[in-house]
Amino acid sequence: MTATGIVIEGLRKRYGEGDTAVDALKHVDMNVAPGEVIGLIGPSGSGKSTLLKCLGAVIDPTAGQMTLGGEVIYDNGWQVSDLRALRRDKIGFVFQAPYLIPFLDVVDNVALLPMLAGLSNADARERAIELLTALDVQHRAAAMPSQLSGGEQQRVAIARGLVNRPPVILADEPTAPLDSDRAMAVIRILNEMAAKYQTAIIVVTHDEKIIPTFKRIYHIRDGITSEEVGEGRPIS
Amino acid sequence: MISLAGRDILHSWGKFVFTGFGLGLLIGVTLVMAGVYRGMVDDGKALLDNSGADLWVVQRDTLGPYAESSSINDDIYRTVLAMPGVAQAANVTYLTMQVRKGDNDVRAMVVGIVPGASWGSPGWPPYLVDGRQITRGHYEAVVDIASGFRLGDEITIRRNRYQVVGLTRRMVSSSGDPMVFIPLKDAQEAQFLKDNEAIWQNRHRTAANPAFNRPGVPDLLDAVNASQTSSTSVNAVLVRIDASADPETVAQSIRRWRRLTVHTREEMEGILIGKLIATSSKQIGMFLAILSIVSAAIVAFIIYTLTMDKIREIAVLKLIGTRNRTIAAMILQQALALGAIGFAVGKITATFTAPYFPKYVLLLSQDAILGFIAIMAICALASLIAIRMALKVDPAEAIGG
Repeated sequence: MTATGIVIEGLRKRYGEGDTAVDALKHVDMNVAPGEVIGLIGPSGSGKSTLLKCLGAVIDPTAGQMTLGGEVIYDNGWQVSDLRALRRDKIGFVFQAPYLIPFLDVVDNVALLPMLAGLSNADARERAIELLTALDVQHRAAAMPSQLSGGEQQRVAIARGLVNRPPVILADEPTAPLDSDRAMAVIRILNEMAAKYQTAIIVVTHDEKIIPTFKRIYHIRDGITSEEVGEGRPIS
Repeated sequence: MISLAGRDILHSWGKFVFTGFGLGLLIGVTLVMAGVYRGMVDDGKALLDNSGADLWVVQRDTLGPYAESSSINDDIYRTVLAMPGVAQAANVTYLTMQVRKGDNDVRAMVVGIVPGASWGSPGWPPYLVDGRQITRGHYEAVVDIASGFRLGDEITIRRNRYQVVGLTRRMVSSSGDPMVFIPLKDAQEAQFLKDNEAIWQNRHRTAANPAFNRPGVPDLLDAVNASQTSSTSVNAVLVRIDASADPETVAQSIRRWRRLTVHTREEMEGILIGKLIATSSKQIGMFLAILSIVSAAIVAFIIYTLTMDKIREIAVLKLIGTRNRTIAAMILQQALALGAIGFAVGKITATFTAPYFPKYVLLLSQDAILGFIAIMAICALASLIAIRMALKVDPAEAIGG
C-alpha cells in the first residue's frame, strides 16, 4: 500500500438500474506508487475506459474508495465537491490523440493549465518551457500544433499532462498512433518524468511493443482487476 | 490569462473575416433601411423648411396641401395678409407629375410660386446653387439638381415648355421627388385647366344647356365659358408671421373665418411624418425586424457551427479543469467579435452605397450607435445556443471508450 500516488479499493461502477443495469466495474483494487509507471491492459468492453473515467473524476463510481496523491476523492458515495479543481491540480491526462488546442501555440498549449490554476502568464510559460526542454521540443515552442509531427505533438501533450505537477497521470493509449520507435520514446519519457516528478502514471494500452516495459501490469476483465508482475524490460 | 477567443479568431481569421463580411452586407442593408426611413423624415422636414412658411392655410377640413388635395381661391391671400401678426403670405400650388426633357421624363413635384416677389418669399426656393430665381410670369423654371436638369435645359410640363434658369438643392417632396418651381399662373393652368378637347366638349355641353344659352341674354354663354377656362384656385396660402407673433394665435384668428383650415408647423410635421409616411415607416420597421431576426439566426448558426467544430477541444478544456465561464466567455467573445466585424463592414458598405440610392438615405451617427448596440445584443443572444451546447459537453468525451 502506498501513502500517495493512486490507491483504489473495491471500486464499483454500475450503469443504469433494475433489469437494464450493467456492472462495468465489479471490483477494482489498484495501487500505484509515486514515480511508478504501470500498465492497464484488457480487451474491449472490459471496463478500462470506465475505470479511467472514474479515476479522472468525470464519472461517479457506485461504491469503493479512491485516493489520489494522498487525498481521498471518493469513499462509498462521498466525493470531493470541486471535481474541476481536482482534475486541474491532481490529475494529468495524456490521450491516444494529442488533442492539442489548435489555436494555441505549443508553449501556450502547455501553459494554459497553470494559467487556469492562477499562475501569471509569464510564470506559466516559464514552467511550460522548462517541461518542453525536458521533453526536447523547446525548439518548437512557437509552432502551432498543425506544424508538429505526431511524435512532437504527443510530447507536447505529455508536457501539458505534467505541467501542473499532478501526483497522477492517466495515459489512455498514448502510443497508439505512433510507430515503434516513437512509441518507445514516449514510454521512456513517461518513465523519466515519473521518476523526476514522482508522478504515479497509469498507461492504458493494447500496444504489444510496450507492454514488456512495465514492471507491474493490471489486467482488467469483466470489470475485475488482477495484478501481474511485468517483465520490466529496459526501454531501448 | 490568455484570450482563448482572440487566439481562435487569429488562428482562423479568414473564416471570421469572410463570415463577418457576409454578415456585414446584411447589416449594411439594415443600416441603409434605417437610413431610408431617416431620409423620408428628413425629406418631409426639408419640404416644410424649404417652404419658408409658419402657417399653411388650406381648404376647410383637409390635411392639405401635401397629404390631401386642397383648393382655395387665389385671392384669399390678400385677406390673410391683412390679419394681425402676418408678415408675408403667398399663393402656392403643388402637383406631383412626370415632367419631360426630350424623350425622357422625370417624376417631380411641380410647385407654382409667385414670380418676381421679393427674395425669400414663402414658397420660393430659399437658395440657389446656380442661375437665378424666376423673374418672368411664364415659362421659366428653377429645378432641384437631383432632377438631372441643367441650366438652359428645356423641360415640358403639360403643353408648355419651360427654360431652366436656376438650380437648387435638397428641394424635394415628402416622397423624395425633386421639385420644379414654375410661375404660379402656369402651375394653375397645369393643375386645374383641361385640355383643348375637354374644353371644346365642355363648351358644347354648356351651349346645349338652355339655362346658360338664353336667347335673351347673349353674353351669358360667353361669361360661363370664360369662367370655365380660367383657374383662380391654388392649393394653399403659405404664411410667414411676424417674429414677435405666436403661430397658434395667428392661426386661431384665421380659423375664425370658419371656412378655412390652418396648420401650424408642428401640426404639419405631425401630418407629414405621422400620417403621410407612417405606412412606409411601418413597412421599413417590418423589414428591420425581419433583417434583425435573419442576422440573429445567421450569427447563431455560425457560432453554433464554429462551436460544433471545437467540441473535442471543449471537452479537453473541461477535462483539464477549465471553468464553464471561461468557455462561455470564449464563445460569447467570438460572437461579439463577429458582430463587430460585421458592423464595421456594414457601416462602410452603407456609407459608400447610400449616395447611389435613388431616394435620399440619411445615415445618422445615433442610428449607427443604436445599431451597434443592437447587433452586439443580437450576437450575445445568438451565442446562447452555442454556449448552452458547449456547457453540456461531457468532459468524458475527451477520454476514449
